[in-house]
Amino acid sequence: MSVEAKIKDQIENNPIILYMKGSPQAPQCGFSAQTVQCLMGCEERFAYVDILTNPEIRATLPAYANWPTFPQLFVDGELVGGCDIITEMYEAGELQTLIKGVATEE
Amino acid sequence: MNIQETITAKLNSAFTPEFADVVNESNLHNVAPGSESHFRITLVCESFEGTRLIQRHRRVNDCLQSELANDIHALALHTYTSQEWATRQNKTPDSPDCLGGEK
Repeated sequence: MSVEAKIKDQIENNPIILYMKGSPQAPQCGFSAQTVQCLMGCEERFAYVDILTNPEIRATLPAYANWPTFPQLFVDGELVGGCDIITEMYEAGELQTLIKGVATEE
Repeated sequence: MNIQETITAKLNSAFTPEFADVVNESNLHNVAPGSESHFRITLVCESFEGTRLIQRHRRVNDCLQSELANDIHALALHTYTSQEWATRQNKTPDSPDCLGGEK
């Protein structure tokens, strides 16, 4: 399976998936850590991929998603954004609505 | 021009922003002194009115495509309309602390 196909598969099969540096328990970057905090605040399960241990995904996802940096959050197959967008949405209560809506569909 | 000045010039030219602030935060990270790798940008622009955050960020990413590909490791991006900026009382959130992972 090509890396692009693997990414497509991950995004399609996980309604909430975060590409990040490190794991939610041990984030390796402040931006990833802050994004995880917001997601955890939504109190729903989410999938994640550690791009530090998956260098092929790290190399391919920015072009695939047309987004240059990490973390990247995908909800329902669509890129929601990186740390700044997720944080602003969380502070506005929009992230909770989006995440709960998707989780309810499951 | 250093990278910080290049970024500022490109943003001013592409957006004619009401306010633009480009901060080099590389010294807060695990990189060599004098690096230009981590930046925080605040951009206030009328043309953001009625657009979602992801669209605003994509416009900035497009504008800085070459710098993002070659120079910038991390970019904190805060994009506001004039009204949003006023509501925030002209304050940008701080960037998260570095956790030192890989550079």
